[in-house]
Amino acid sequence: MKLTLRVWRQKNADAPGAMAAYEVDGVSPDMSFLEMLDTLNEDLIVQGEDPVAFDHDCREGICGACSLVINGDAHGPERTTACQLHMRSFRDGDTIDVEPWRAAAFPVVRDLVVDRTALDRIIQSGGYVTAPTGSAPDAHAVAVPKPDADHAFVHAECIGCGACVAACPNGSASLFTAAKVNHLNVLPQGAPERESRVLDMVAQMDAEGFGGCTLAGECATACPKGIPLQAITTMNKEWLRAARTSKR
Amino acid sequence: MSYLDYGTGSRIADSKAPQGPIAERWDRRRFTAKLVNPANRRKHTVIVVGTGLAGASAGATLAEQGYRVLQFCYQDSPRRAHSIAAQGGINAAKNYRNDGDSVHRLFYDTVKGGDFRARESNVHRLAEISVQIIDQCVAQGVPFAREYGGLLDTRSFGGVQVSRTFYARGQTGQQLLLGAYQALSRQIAAGTVEMHPRTEMLDLVVVDGRARGIVARDLVSGEIGTYMADAVVLASGGYGNVFYLSTNAMNSNATAVWRAHRRGAYFANPCFTQIHPTCIPRTGTHQSKLTLMSESLRNDGRIWVPKKAGDPRAAVDIPEDERDYYLERIYPSFGNLVPRDIASRAAKNVCDEGRGVGPGGQGVYLDFADAIARLGRDKVAEQYGNLFEMYERITAENPYEVPMRIYPAVHYTMGGLWVDYDLQTTVPGLFAIGEANFSDHGANRLGASALMQGLADGYFVLPATVNDYLAGAPAVGDADASHPAAVAALDETRERLARLLAVQGDRTPDSFHREIGELMWEYCGMARTEVGLRKALQRIPEIRAEFWRRIKVPGTGAEFNQALEKANRVVDYLELAELMCLDALHRSESCGGHFREESRTPEGEAERKDDEFSYAAAWEFTAPGQAPLLHKEDLVFEYVHPTRRSYT
Repeated sequence: MKLTLRVWRQKNADAPGAMAAYEVDGVSPDMSFLEMLDTLNEDLIVQGEDPVAFDHDCREGICGACSLVINGDAHGPERTTACQLHMRSFRDGDTIDVEPWRAAAFPVVRDLVVDRTALDRIIQSGGYVTAPTGSAPDAHAVAVPKPDADHAFVHAECIGCGACVAACPNGSASLFTAAKVNHLNVLPQGAPERESRVLDMVAQMDAEGFGGCTLAGECATACPKGIPLQAITTMNKEWLRAARTSKR
Repeated sequence: MSYLDYGTGSRIADSKAPQGPIAERWDRRRFTAKLVNPANRRKHTVIVVGTGLAGASAGATLAEQGYRVLQFCYQDSPRRAHSIAAQGGINAAKNYRNDGDSVHRLFYDTVKGGDFRARESNVHRLAEISVQIIDQCVAQGVPFAREYGGLLDTRSFGGVQVSRTFYARGQTGQQLLLGAYQALSRQIAAGTVEMHPRTEMLDLVVVDGRARGIVARDLVSGEIGTYMADAVVLASGGYGNVFYLSTNAMNSNATAVWRAHRRGAYFANPCFTQIHPTCIPRTGTHQSKLTLMSESLRNDGRIWVPKKAGDPRAAVDIPEDERDYYLERIYPSFGNLVPRDIASRAAKNVCDEGRGVGPGGQGVYLDFADAIARLGRDKVAEQYGNLFEMYERITAENPYEVPMRIYPAVHYTMGGLWVDYDLQTTVPGLFAIGEANFSDHGANRLGASALMQGLADGYFVLPATVNDYLAGAPAVGDADASHPAAVAALDETRERLARLLAVQGDRTPDSFHREIGELMWEYCGMARTEVGLRKALQRIPEIRAEFWRRIKVPGTGAEFNQALEKANRVVDYLELAELMCLDALHRSESCGGHFREESRTPEGEAERKDDEFSYAAAWEFTAPGQAPLLHKEDLVFEYVHPTRRSYT
C-alpha cells in the first residue's frame, strides 16, 4: 500500500507546530500502525531529517505509552491502542492525519509526544491503599465476593494512556480518575480510605487543569480497555457521599 | 590477545549465604544483618534505577523504612515498566488447593526447572517469601481472580504438577505492577521518593571502590547530570533486546547493567536466555517486536503439527489421526505443560522436520477446539478472552474457530549481574534485583516465577540487606558530584554521545540493531554450536567497527532525540553480544535454555556435564575489546540432588 501521512511536527514545548505531509510506500497490511511509522522514520533518518517522535514501548496494548490521534480519533478507528492497530484497517491511497493527544493538561513535548505526568499526580493524591510492606494479613483473611472482585478488575484494567482525556470535548480526566476510584473503593482493603480517596483525587484532577465532565461519553468510546461510562456516575455518587459524611 | 583467550580468575569462594539448615538461612541472615536506626535512615539516599516489579517495590519499601530514594525510569511514567506486560501469573506456595504443595516443593521445582544451575540458598528464600507476596498484594487491592466463595483462584504452569499460580485474568503483571506503582506513588506524594521519569541511566559512578551514584540523561532536555547516593540499586530488567526481536518492550535495554559491568560488576551466565515457546509468529521484515501468548494457555490448549511434512491442508481439514500432539506423545506425564526450554526445542525440532505450519513453516498449532467442546466457549472466554482478542487483532484469525499458530521467541534472560546472597554485586554498594541479576532461575526460568522474584527482591530481600550495607558504609556526605570519579564518568558519557552524533554516516541505529539481532538469533539462539559461535565472535567486532564508521544520528544531544537514545543502546548491545557468545562457547554442555548441539542425550534432550560445569560463570570486564576474566562460583546441591531432568 502507498499512503500519505499528515503528521504534527513540533520541535519542543515552546516552538510552534504544524502538520507536515509524507508519502509512505510499501506498507504491508500486516504492519502495525507504529511499524508503519518506523518505516517512515528509517527513511527520514537516512535523508538526514529528524524522525517523527512518538511514545511507544510494549507494543502489546498494555503499557499505555502510545498516544496518537489518528484521523481525529484517539488511537484510531479500531477499539484498541495505536500499537495494536494494523494497517489492514486502511486502504491503499489513503491520507491519514496523525496528531498528539490534545488537552490543556497534556503539554506537547515533541511532535506526537505529550507530558502525561498529571495522571501520575492524580494517583499520588489517593489512588492507592495504605498497606506498607510487611503489614499484610493472610490473603484469605478477608473473602471478597466475586462480583466485587470482578468490578474492581474491570476498572483496574485502565492502562493510563489518556485516550479518554484526548477524546473528551472538555479535556476531562474523569474516566481515568473514576477507574481507580471504582477499583479500590469497592474492595474491603480500600474501604478505610474510601472517602479521602475520592475527595483528594477529584480535587487533584481539577487542580491539574483537566476540564469538567458533562457526560458526553466520548471517553468510554475511545477507551481501548472498555472502562464503562458508569464508572463516572459511581465516582460522582462516591464523591457526594464522601462530601456529606467526611469527617474532614 | 584475542577476545577468545579469556583468563581464569580466582574462584568466588563465598556467596555470603549463611550456613545451617536451608529453611533457617534467611532468618539467620535477617538476624545477623545490621540495622540502621530509624532516625539515621533519612540521612541516607538510595538510588533505584527502574520502576518494574523489582524497582517499584524496592523504592516504595525503602522509602517506607525512612530512606530518601531517588528513582529513575526512561518511560514517561513509572507505571509503564515492562513488568506490566506479564500475562499469566505469579507462583506462591500457599497450598490453598491442598494439592501437596509446600515451600520445599516450590524450591525443588525451581531448582530442577533451572536445570541445576541456580544457587540453592537463594531459591529456597524465594519460595519462602512467595507466600508473603500474595498477602502483600491482596492488602494493596490487587484484584486477583477469585472463586465464587470469595477466595483466591489458582491455575497450573509449566514444569509443575500442582496448581500454585495466582492470576488476574491475562494481566497479572499489570495488576501487580500497578499495586507496586501505587505504593510508590504514595511515597512520591509523601516526599520520600523523588521520581525522575524520562531519565535514563548511562553510567555508574564508583568512588573509592563503592557505588556512589549514576550519570543519567534527561530525555526531554537532553541534559546529562550526575546523581549521588549512598547505595545504588539496579532494577533495570533483562537484556533480551540484544536479539532485536523479542517479547521485551521496544525500549527495554542493557545499558544500566552493561555500564555497571564495565565499572567492575561481574556479569554472570550471560548466555542463559529463555526462548518462550508460545509467541505469535513473525509476519515479515517490518516486524519490530514479538508478542507473547501466555503459558497459561497450555493449561487447556493442545499443541500439534501434521504428521506429514509439508501438509498443505488447513488445520480443520486434517483428521485427528493425522495430527501429532508431539508434547503429549513425548512427555506423557507433563504433556503440554513441560517447561519452556523443552517446549521450545520440541517446536523447533518439528519445524526443522518440515512439519511446521503457517508462512515459512515457522509455527505450530495451539488448539482450543477440545477445551471449547469440554468447557464451553464462555468459560474459555472468561479465562483467556483478552489473549484471544489480542491474537485476533494481530493475526486477523479467530482462535475460537481456527487453532492459534505459535512459535518460540526470546522472552527473558536468566543471566545478569552476579550478586551474592544479599543481592549485592561485586561493586560494594551496588545491588541488582529482578531480571537484572542472575540469581534464582539457573539455566531456565519456570513460568510465573519472574513476577515472584521481582517482588521478593524488592519488597522483602533488598530492604533487609541494604540496611546491613548502609550500617557499615562510610559516613554520609563524603562523596559529591564534584569528586573526580564522578566528573570523569560524566565526561566520558558526554563524549560517547558526542561521538555518536559526529559520525554522520549512512546507516540507522535500527539497521545495526537488526543486524546484530539476526546474528545472535542464528548463532546464539535456540541451538548453539562451536562453529556457529566462533563465526559470531568473529563477526561481532566487524559489525562494531562498521557501526562506528557508518552510524547516522540526526539532531543534537540537547533535545528530545529518540534516535540518539537508540544508537546509544545499540553500542552496548554490540559489546554484550560478544560476551554472550563467549559464555555460550565456553559452556560446552547443554543445560536448560542453553542448548549446545554437541551435548545431547540419545533422545536429543539437553545433556548437562555436572563434573565440568556445575558453576555460575561470572565474567569480569578488563578493557574494551579485551578478553574478560572468568570467575567461577561452584554450585553446591545439598538438598536437591542433580539428576537428569525428566518430564516424560
